[in-house]
Amino acid sequence: MGIKSLVSHSLMIAWKDLMELFRNRMMLLMLVLMPLLMMTMAGFMFPSNTSTSHVSVALVNQDEGYANYPSASATLIAALETMNSSTDMMTTTSASSLDEVRSMIQAGEVEGGIIIASNFTLSLVTGKQGAITIVTDQTNPQMSMLLQIALKEVLEQMGTWLAQQNVQGLNPAVNSNNSLAIVKPYIVQTEGAVLGDFSYFDFIAPGLMAMTVMMSVMTGLPAAISHEREVGTLDGMMVAPINRLSVILGKTLAQTARGMLQGTLILVLAVFLFGVTIRGNILLIFALLLLGVFSFVGLGVVITSFAKDQETAMMVMMALMFPMMLLSGVFFPIQQMPWYMQSISKALPLTYATTALRKVMVLGANVSMITTELAVLIGFGVVMTTIAVPVFKRAMTR
Amino acid sequence: MHAEQEKIISDSWMFPTTYNQLVSILVSGVMIETRNLTKKFNGLTAVDHVSFNVKKGEIFGLLGPNGAGKTTTIRMLATLTRPTEGTATIGGYDIVKDDNEVRKLIGLVSEKIIMYDRLTAKENLWFFGRLYDVPKEVLNERIDELLRLVQLSNWKNSQVGTFSSGMRQRMNVIRALLNMPEMLLLDEPTLGLDPQSSVEVREFVKKINRENKTTIILTTHMMVEADMLCDRIGIIDHGKIIALDTSANLKKLVSGANTTVLELEIANLTTNMVSLIQSLKCVNSVSQDNSTHIKVHANGDESFDTIIDSVRAEKGKINSVKNLDPTLEDVFLYITGHEVRDKADRKIPVRRHKHSMPRSRVR
Ligand SMILES: Nc1ncnc2c1ncn2[C@@H]1O[C@H](COP(=O)(O)OP(=O)(O)OP(=O)(O)O)[C@@H](O)[C@H]1O
Ligand SMILES: [Mg+2]
Repeated sequence: MGIKSLVSHSLMIAWKDLMELFRNRMMLLMLVLMPLLMMTMAGFMFPSNTSTSHVSVALVNQDEGYANYPSASATLIAALETMNSSTDMMTTTSASSLDEVRSMIQAGEVEGGIIIASNFTLSLVTGKQGAITIVTDQTNPQMSMLLQIALKEVLEQMGTWLAQQNVQGLNPAVNSNNSLAIVKPYIVQTEGAVLGDFSYFDFIAPGLMAMTVMMSVMTGLPAAISHEREVGTLDGMMVAPINRLSVILGKTLAQTARGMLQGTLILVLAVFLFGVTIRGNILLIFALLLLGVFSFVGLGVVITSFAKDQETAMMVMMALMFPMMLLSGVFFPIQQMPWYMQSISKALPLTYATTALRKVMVLGANVSMITTELAVLIGFGVVMTTIAVPVFKRAMTR
Repeated sequence: MHAEQEKIISDSWMFPTTYNQLVSILVSGVMIETRNLTKKFNGLTAVDHVSFNVKKGEIFGLLGPNGAGKTTTIRMLATLTRPTEGTATIGGYDIVKDDNEVRKLIGLVSEKIIMYDRLTAKENLWFFGRLYDVPKEVLNERIDELLRLVQLSNWKNSQVGTFSSGMRQRMNVIRALLNMPEMLLLDEPTLGLDPQSSVEVREFVKKINRENKTTIILTTHMMVEADMLCDRIGIIDHGKIIALDTSANLKKLVSGANTTVLELEIANLTTNMVSLIQSLKCVNSVSQDNSTHIKVHANGDESFDTIIDSVRAEKGKINSVKNLDPTLEDVFLYITGHEVRDKADRKIPVRRHKHSMPRSRVR
């Protein structure tokens, strides 16, 4: 039995699987819908500063003022409102005390609170720092971050404002633009390693692509084989004088085609709908996806061999998929995780595929910059395939 | 009845022990030879030391109730499951060691239909044909010819998912013929078909056997089917072959044992009457077909008279009496002491296969 018939039988099986897929309207719909949903959901699930609006915040102004000085808290609130009027970020409700804010948060009436201390004006006038307390809902860490960012911006705005007024008061010839330049002669901006805007979509698009393609092979292969085993059609292939390998090879080919199709869809959506810029080589991106598939096939085949029916296969799949999704840096950077989680994540091939793809897509890296990732993916693939082939051959004739 | 009967049975399927027997088998040609073929599933012995030979060009039937081990035997011969113990050869090739050679010789009609619903009739046949490396031009012609043989030419480009059970089963049968196998394994080929389609499939099987000299092994739980199709029949129960011979010889077992099978039509049949007949010494079993008909299996020379007398004594009005020739059903009953249908009925609620049947097929 030569290589030639192995290839031709595999192609035949792949052709058959793809025909079945394309005749299945529901499956086709899911195939297109999944990437779209994933992209949209992931993109909006994790708020960037601009995407949040109308956060309800309780405002407690305990400032007692100081002599005849203008109330600093009033200026702060004015600055807050100015910012709010352009971004609609918060809706403020006034409250009287910390305790009231706490109970409001517990009752779910507000999502956070800002408390201006009673000596706020006094402190500022006497050259000390004014105290502002942010009360946050501990169950919503995102919100606390958001409030801090907003408040920082407001305070900065307010400082600039005050200074600007002082400068203008000194010399009426200076208009508002000039006064800004005098007060704040430099602007600090964060710059990435590459030029351009960088959104959360840029971060997740490579991860989602890697995940979709690799998962489709890892889950699709056992699902397809165990389904055929149950329906009985697998016997039709097994009773033919073909190399048992052509069954996995053919099915892998079909699943890879399906996965690559979805991956491409994500790429297209990311670029045209979510404004992601691709800086690396497109061919390298696809080559990386294929390598990812190779590194995962073995695992899929091993699961196929051990799972006797479709249900078991699906269960095993779920158990493997979730940790992998969460730990491979697809949605959150792995650097944020505690060290022990990071070491698990370093054992997952998806992590390397995601990292490599991200480097290529976002940073425009070339092959020489991702050699570690490539080596790990190839190594994992070779080891898993070496284990999988004999295991599969044994399992097919029980 | 047992000691004597076992001897007759065992003689008929014993392995060739003498040189002459061996030569005769070689001359006539043996297609399948199984020796103590055994399959155990976690302690349950599905097939229990089964040994038989199938000659070239023969139609051999495995007849047995649900769960007897027919499918398991076929699957082992088809190289889909490995035997736990024992060996078998097909065309001289060992089903374990030379499995790929065996696969080239056989065609399998499985219990489940091996067809992809979303592919058309032609696409399905093309797919499987290409797995057997049938050259493209030859395959094209063969597909047309096979579809014509089972009158499905008009459905060539329709998806198999839209077919009726009868059409699917016909597809299932011709799929096994794509590689023109020397040996055809048929697992319940008429399962779920109406009488008309069953007859068609049986005719088709006979035709293949006659015209292509294809050796056929088929399983069935239908006595009529085995009777009509098979040159020789192996009766299998609880994984063991309990009798093996031609249909005629198996029936002789029953008549030779001086058994009478009577069908009586009694106008005023009562349960009392039935139990009375049942209690007669010469009667083996009574089965009631409907409110007026009963079927009586009895032993001994006087049995006919005894039964008629006892019915008359009860003032039964006998409308008709038929002295039936023994059928395979009677053979089964005679050998196992229980009826095929009985056993099947009792077994139905039990799920025999762990996995669910995806396509429901009427039995
Ligand atoms: N894969 C399996 N795992 C465990 N037990 C099995 C398996 N396949 C068959 N069996 C058991 O082996 C016995 C024989 O089953 P088999 O399918 O060979 O019977 P059969 O004669 O074909 O019956 P039927 O007429 O219902 O098709 C049954 O008791 C069944 O439960
Ligand atoms: Mg069966």
